[in-house]
Amino acid sequence: MSWGKTVNQSFKTACAAAAIAFGFAGTATAQDADFAGDRVELIIPFGEGGGTDTWGRFWAPYFSVFLPGNPTVVVKNIPGGGSTSGANQFEARAKPDGLTAIGTSGSTQFPYLLRDKRVQYEMRDWRVVLASPTGGVVYVNSDLGLKSAADMKALETVKLRYGSQGATSLDLVPLLAFELLGLDVDAVFGMKGRGAGRLAFERGEVNIDYQTSSAFINNVTPLVDIGSAVPLFSWGAIDDDGNIVRDPSFPDLPSFPEAYEMMKGEKPSGPAWDAYKAFFIAGFPAQKMVFLPKDTPEEIVQAYREAAQAATEDESFLADRQATLGEYKQIVGEPAERIFRTAVNVPEEAREWVQKWLTDKYSVQF
Amino acid sequence: MLDAMMTALSHFAQPTHLMYLLLGVGMGMIVGILPGLGGIVGLSLLLPFIYGMDQISALAMLIGLVAVIPTSDTFTSVLMGIPGSSASQATVLDGFPLAKKGHGARALGAAFSASLVGGLVGAVILTGFVVIARPLILAFGSAELFMLAVLGLSMVGVLAGKSLPKGVIAAGLGLLLGALGAAPATGELRMSFDSVYLMDGLPLVIVGLGMFAFPEIIDLCRQNRSISDKGTLGLGWRDGVRDMIRHKWLCLRCAGLGSIVGALPGLGGSVVDWIAYGHVVQTAKDKSQFGKGDIRGVLAPESANNAKEGGGLVPTLLFGIPGSGSMAVFLGGMVLIGLEAGPAMVGRDLDITYTIIWSLAIANVVGAGGALLISPFVSRLTTIKYGYLAPFMITVICFAAFQATRSLSDMIALLVLGVLGVLMKRFGWPRPAFLIGFVLASNTETYLYQALQFYNWEFLTRPGVVIIAALTVISVLMGMRKHPVNPVEEEESSHSHNPKRWPQILFAGVLLAFFAFGIWDATQHSFLGSVFTGAVSVVMFVVSAILIWQLIVSPPSHAANFDHEFDLEHQDVKPTAGLWHYVLWVAGMVAATAVFGFLIAITGFFMAFLRVKAKASWLRTLLLTGLAIGGLCVLAWSLVLDFPAGMLQDLIELPWPLG
Repeated sequence: MSWGKTVNQSFKTACAAAAIAFGFAGTATAQDADFAGDRVELIIPFGEGGGTDTWGRFWAPYFSVFLPGNPTVVVKNIPGGGSTSGANQFEARAKPDGLTAIGTSGSTQFPYLLRDKRVQYEMRDWRVVLASPTGGVVYVNSDLGLKSAADMKALETVKLRYGSQGATSLDLVPLLAFELLGLDVDAVFGMKGRGAGRLAFERGEVNIDYQTSSAFINNVTPLVDIGSAVPLFSWGAIDDDGNIVRDPSFPDLPSFPEAYEMMKGEKPSGPAWDAYKAFFIAGFPAQKMVFLPKDTPEEIVQAYREAAQAATEDESFLADRQATLGEYKQIVGEPAERIFRTAVNVPEEAREWVQKWLTDKYSVQF
Repeated sequence: MLDAMMTALSHFAQPTHLMYLLLGVGMGMIVGILPGLGGIVGLSLLLPFIYGMDQISALAMLIGLVAVIPTSDTFTSVLMGIPGSSASQATVLDGFPLAKKGHGARALGAAFSASLVGGLVGAVILTGFVVIARPLILAFGSAELFMLAVLGLSMVGVLAGKSLPKGVIAAGLGLLLGALGAAPATGELRMSFDSVYLMDGLPLVIVGLGMFAFPEIIDLCRQNRSISDKGTLGLGWRDGVRDMIRHKWLCLRCAGLGSIVGALPGLGGSVVDWIAYGHVVQTAKDKSQFGKGDIRGVLAPESANNAKEGGGLVPTLLFGIPGSGSMAVFLGGMVLIGLEAGPAMVGRDLDITYTIIWSLAIANVVGAGGALLISPFVSRLTTIKYGYLAPFMITVICFAAFQATRSLSDMIALLVLGVLGVLMKRFGWPRPAFLIGFVLASNTETYLYQALQFYNWEFLTRPGVVIIAALTVISVLMGMRKHPVNPVEEEESSHSHNPKRWPQILFAGVLLAFFAFGIWDATQHSFLGSVFTGAVSVVMFVVSAILIWQLIVSPPSHAANFDHEFDLEHQDVKPTAGLWHYVLWVAGMVAATAVFGFLIAITGFFMAFLRVKAKASWLRTLLLTGLAIGGLCVLAWSLVLDFPAGMLQDLIELPWPLG
C-alpha cells in the first residue's frame, strides 16, 4: 500500500521539478549519496501519537521522495527518559551513513542544556538538517480586566496561577518569562500536557496560560471571541539576524520583548534575559530539529538538506503542512545550522543562573 | 446538526470508506487477539499509511481498529486468562474460570454480544452527548477528578476477597508502585534507585501482564494439560447471547457508565472495566460465584469497555486532550490527515464528528459479528495441550512487554512483576485490588495536590465533590450488604488453611520491608514530593504488621491464612512441577536475552521448551519455532522495532533482526 494517491501524484511532478532545480547541485555535491533500496530510520525519542511523532511522520514521506534513490523512510519510536533514552541510543549506535537520523524536540534540547544526568549525548557534534519553528501565545482570563498587553502593568499586583507540566519541561520558557516580568505566578505542576493546562484555564482554575500556535488558533481563539480570554503577547519569532520579532502567525500581537518594554519601559537585559533567550530559542524557533550523527560525510548531510529544501518548496507540502507545522517557514541548511548553534551555545553564566533559579524557586536538584 | 448527520451518513454510501473501515476492523481483530497488544500498537501499524489518504477513509480505518480492540481482546482474556489489552483485565476474573469449566464458547458469546451492545449504546449516547459535552467536561475539575479516583479506590472493598487487610495492602502496594518515579508536584524522583527506567514509572501493560498473564501461564504449564477441563468447548455461543439478553439492564447500565467515565479526560480508560466489575459485584444479590465463573462478571466489563472508546473520543475531538494512549495516537493520525481537534469539531466539522461516531457503531457491529464467527475456531486453542501453547504465549507477552521502552528492562520488569503476581496468587492476595491501586495512584496524588492548590480544603464542599462522595459511600454500603466479603479470587478455601505458615509470613514480611523502605524514601524528599508515598507507606506498614500478627497468632481457619500450594497438594490431580520450575525457565530466557539478545534467546527457549516439555519431534519443533520467530520478525519489521539487545550485540555488530 502506498501512503496515498494525492501525495504520490504531486510528488511525482515535484520530483521532476526538484530534479531540474537541484540537478546542478546534485551532480556537484550529492553524487555519492544514493539511498536506492535502503531503509532510512528516523528515530523519534517519544512514543507514538505525540506532537513530535506526528511531526516526524509528516516529514518522513517527503524525505523518502526527495532523498537520492528514494529510500523508504520509517519512523522509529524509542520512548523513555523524557526523550533522553532515544537520544542516548542515537548517540551510541547510529552510524554516520545517512541511514539513521533523529527528530528531536525542546524536551531533548532542555535536559542537554541543563546538563541533566540522564543525558549521554553531545548534541553539539550532531549535524543539523532542518529546524521546525513554532510559536506560542500567552493569554489571561478576561476577569482580570486587561484588554491587551498595554494594560500589563495592572498584573503587578495580581496573584496569578499557571498550570504547568514541570519546571524543567518546555514550561521553563513561560516560567522564566513570568520571572522577567516580575509577575507573582503560582505554578501548579502535574498537568499532563498543555491541553490539560488549557482545560484548567477554561474551568477557571488558572488565570494565565499559554498555548502553542496551532492549539491557540483552534482552541483559544473561540474563547477570545466569546470574551473569556485575552491574548497578551506571542513569544515571537527569530529573524535572520537573530532578533526576536513578531510571530508571523500573530502579526497583531506584540512579541514578548515588546510586551516587556510596554510593561517595564525598558528593553530586557541581564543574565536572566540571556538565559531566557537561550532557552526560548531551543524551545520555540528551533523546537523540533532533524539531525544526522556526528562525523556524517558532508555529501550525505548535503543530500539531506537538499531533500528538506526541495520538500519545503513542494506543492503538496505547502498545502498539507498547516495542521502539523503551522504557517512557519521551515529552516533548512545554513540558517538551520546558525539557529542550532545559537540554541546549544548557552552562555555559561546564563546556564548557571537558570540552574540556581530552578533550585531556589522550584527545588530542582542538579 | 441534522445536516451534519446526513452528510456523515452519505459518506458510508461510498464503498471505499466502508472498505477502509473493514480493513481497520480486520487489523484490530488480529492485534486485539494477540495478548498485551492493544490500540497503540494497532494504530502505529496503520499510521504510516494514513498520510495523504482522504480524510474520511483514513478516519474510518483508524476508528475501525480502535472500536474492535475491546471486542477482540476478549479472546485471550476468556480463553487463556491473559488480558488481551489493558481494557479487558477485569474480564479475566470470571471469563477464564468459565473457559476452564468448558464454557468458553458461552462466555465468548456473552462477551461479544455485550461488546456489541456497549459499542452501540456508546455511539448512541455520543450522538447526542457530543454537542453538549463541553460544559460537562469543564464541570469536572481537579477536585471532582480526585473524588472520582477515590470512588474507584473504594472498589477495593468489594474486590478484596476474604481478608480485608490483604485487600488494603494489595491496593496500597499498587498505589506505591504507581507513584514510583517523578512526583507530580515537584518532579522529585522517588524510589527509583537512579534507574532511568524506574524514573518513568512502571508501564501499565507490563504490570497487567505480570499480574494476570504470567501467573496463569506458569500455572497452566505446571498442570500440563489443555486449558479447558473437559477438552471441549461446551455449550454454544447462543447461550451467551441469551445471558446477555437476560441481563440487558446490567449491560445498558455498564455501557452508560463506560461512555461517561471514558469521556472524562484524565481519569484514563484503563479503570473503566474495573469500575464496571466493581459495580456488578456490589449490586448483585448472589455474589458467591464471582471469580469462579459468573457470567455477569464478563458482561459488565465487556459492555463498558466498548462504550468507553466512544466516550474517549469526546475529550479527544473537543479539546484535543487524549484520554488514553490509543487516543493519543488517534489524535496524531487526525493531525496527519489535516484535521485539528477543537470546538470546530462540533461546529464547522460536525459532519466529520458524526462520521467518526457512526464508523464506531458500524465497526462494533462488524467486529462483534466477526468475533462470533471466528470464536468456534479460536476456542479450539483451549483444547490444545498447554506444552505447545506456552512458548507461544511467553513469546507474545514478552513482545507485548517490550513495546513499552523497547529494552531489556521491560523484560526484567515483566519477570519481577510476574514473580510478584505468582506469589500474590499463591497466598490469596487480591490482584484486582493491586491493579486498581496502581492505575489510580497518579490520578489520586496529582488531583489531590492540584485541588488543594486551587481550592484549599474547601474543595471538599464543592457540589460535584459532595455528590461523588455520596456515591462512594452508597457504593461501599451496597458492597457490604448481605455478603460483607466475597471471594473474588477463584481459589477454594476448604483446603487452603495450611498449618505451615512461614512462607506466607515471609512474603508479608517482604512487603512490610518494602513499606518501610517507602517511609525511608519519603524522608529523603520535600514535603510535597513525599507526602503521598509517605502517607501510603505508613498506613500500609501498620496494616501489614497487623496482618503478620494475624498470620502468626490466629487459628489456621482464619481468613488471612491462605496458601494455594497447600491447596494443590490436596487435589486429585497433582501439578507436574514445583512452583518455581517454570518461573526459572522464563528467568533463564530473560538471562539469555541479557547475554545473546532477545531473538537468539527466545529461539533457544522455544526449541528447548518444545523438545523437553511438549516432547515434540524435531520436525515439529523446527516448524513451530520457525513459524513463531518468523511472525515475530514480520511484526517487528512493520513496527520498526529492534529486539532488546544483549552483551553479544554490544561486542559484535549483527545484522537485523539479530543485532
